Amino acid sequence: MKKSLLLLSSVVCAWQLACAGDLTGVITLKGTPPAEASFASKMQDDPNCVAIYAGKYPTTHFYVAGANGELADVVVYLKGVPSASTGASAAPATMDQKGALYTPQILAVQTGQKLIVKNSDTFIHNVHAMPAANPESNQVQMNGGPDLTYTFDKPEMFLKFKCDVHPWMFAWVSVFDHPYFAVSGADGKFTIKNVPPGKYTLEANHRKLGIQTAEVEVKADGAAQNFTFEVK
Amino acid sequence: MNNNYRPALFWFAVLNAVATFLLIGLGGLVTSHEAGMSVPDWPTTYGYNMFLFPVDKWIGGIFYEHSHRLLASLVGLQTTILAVWLWLKDARKWLHWLGIAAFLLVIAQGVLGGLRVRWQLDWLGVPHGAVAQTFLVLTAAIALFTSRWWHQSAASRLVPVPRGLRSHILWVTILIFLQLLIAATMRHQHAGLAITDFPLAYGKLWPDTSPTAIAHYNATRPPGTIGNPITAFQVELQMAHRLVAYVIFLGVAAAAMLARKKLGGGDALAKLALAWLGLLTMQILLGAATIWYNKAADVTTLHVMVGASALLTGALWYLVASRRTTATLPT
Repeated sequence: MKKSLLLLSSVVCAWQLACAGDLTGVITLKGTPPAEASFASKMQDDPNCVAIYAGKYPTTHFYVAGANGELADVVVYLKGVPSASTGASAAPATMDQKGALYTPQILAVQTGQKLIVKNSDTFIHNVHAMPAANPESNQVQMNGGPDLTYTFDKPEMFLKFKCDVHPWMFAWVSVFDHPYFAVSGADGKFTIKNVPPGKYTLEANHRKLGIQTAEVEVKADGAAQNFTFEVK
Repeated sequence: MNNNYRPALFWFAVLNAVATFLLIGLGGLVTSHEAGMSVPDWPTTYGYNMFLFPVDKWIGGIFYEHSHRLLASLVGLQTTILAVWLWLKDARKWLHWLGIAAFLLVIAQGVLGGLRVRWQLDWLGVPHGAVAQTFLVLTAAIALFTSRWWHQSAASRLVPVPRGLRSHILWVTILIFLQLLIAATMRHQHAGLAITDFPLAYGKLWPDTSPTAIAHYNATRPPGTIGNPITAFQVELQMAHRLVAYVIFLGVAAAAMLARKKLGGGDALAKLALAWLGLLTMQILLGAATIWYNKAADVTTLHVMVGASALLTGALWYLVASRRTTATLPT
């Protein structure tokens, strides 16, 4: 009896996976976003940054939009789905510290999924995770030192990472208790893979521009949903 | 003349008080540069013995936090020496215990700072700041008690200070301490400026703190503002800070007028009260500048140090006034 139930559930899962489709879309920005702020005034006091940037200092990247309004760094996810994290078996996500900046600045992981933080710079950083729902941590990371590994047990949006040595350095990691999320790329595109057929609430969340919501129906061949954010 | 005056002991106590004042400034720079957590370990520094941390690694926020720890260690050592010196060489038993109190307080202060870092308890920065101010007053008071003037005053005919004036000074000094607590709470919100204009607040005498207004303030913050979103509590806290500042200013102005009236313009305490008023005037201007220059670290830190000076001035004024008035004190 137990073997039969196991077989049946395996068949159901395999069938669902076979029927699962990708939820794709493009996110665009309408209007002109506020100007980004240069890090020059802060970085030029740091000899390492002076050596790296030679006067051409980077800016904040709050609104990363292409020539045609393709909006990056939007976290897109299914809302209200049951907890079903596959984080423990998921490939680790990676964040680096390069040129005294976190790269990427916006990323998303599952609960239980490893997040590896590297230091590719030739100088010290401290990696200070400041979650709202998960435990806070602050760790030394020497140049040439070992990678740091994080996992988060509770879902939360835009968990902040900072470096107190270089106070302009921030990254935001969103944590989900399911695998149905993505972050839009430089082309504004996103893909949430292997979504089982059904009706869902899809949210697109930009840290500065807010949240857009859409109701979608995913079929065996997937679904598409675009979002447009407007600067007010 | 009182033969208990020991110049070396006095000047060492003064050195300790000055070092403590500079330490408060350095601590102010740590917070102003948001560097409080830039050295995640304690009492080591990035794994090194803190006294052996290579200078080429004193970068960014580490420079401020590590310097702060080194100067704190020096103040701790000086305070320990002072406590032992007082115990062995000063005849006044109450001053022996005051030296011990200073020793215990500096240890507590070091532990508070270390635990804030080790346990990532940012709110510990507020009591750390409060104890710093208390310790400053204590070290300066010890310097006063070991001074030639204090030793000689027991045998001198001094002009007493009216009780009402002394009480007024005491209450204003206590209000300054409360103001410093408000300020420490503000500074550890890590939200940048809660109100971005002065003397008005978002264009009004009293700002709108409705959820809609707060959302608007957050949405229209200057480009590149990095920090926690501001809340209604933070806006109200800054307004409380401004109001208390005005009350303190009026209190010190009244103290200066009263001192001049009761003691005469040539009296040292009347002059000190006038200097106190000058300090408060500078402090209000620095507060305004902190807002106008978007919380620039050097301006903000100067605001911290002048605030500490204002507290110290009131405390020392009260101690000197009490000494002048009391007929006899334990010697």
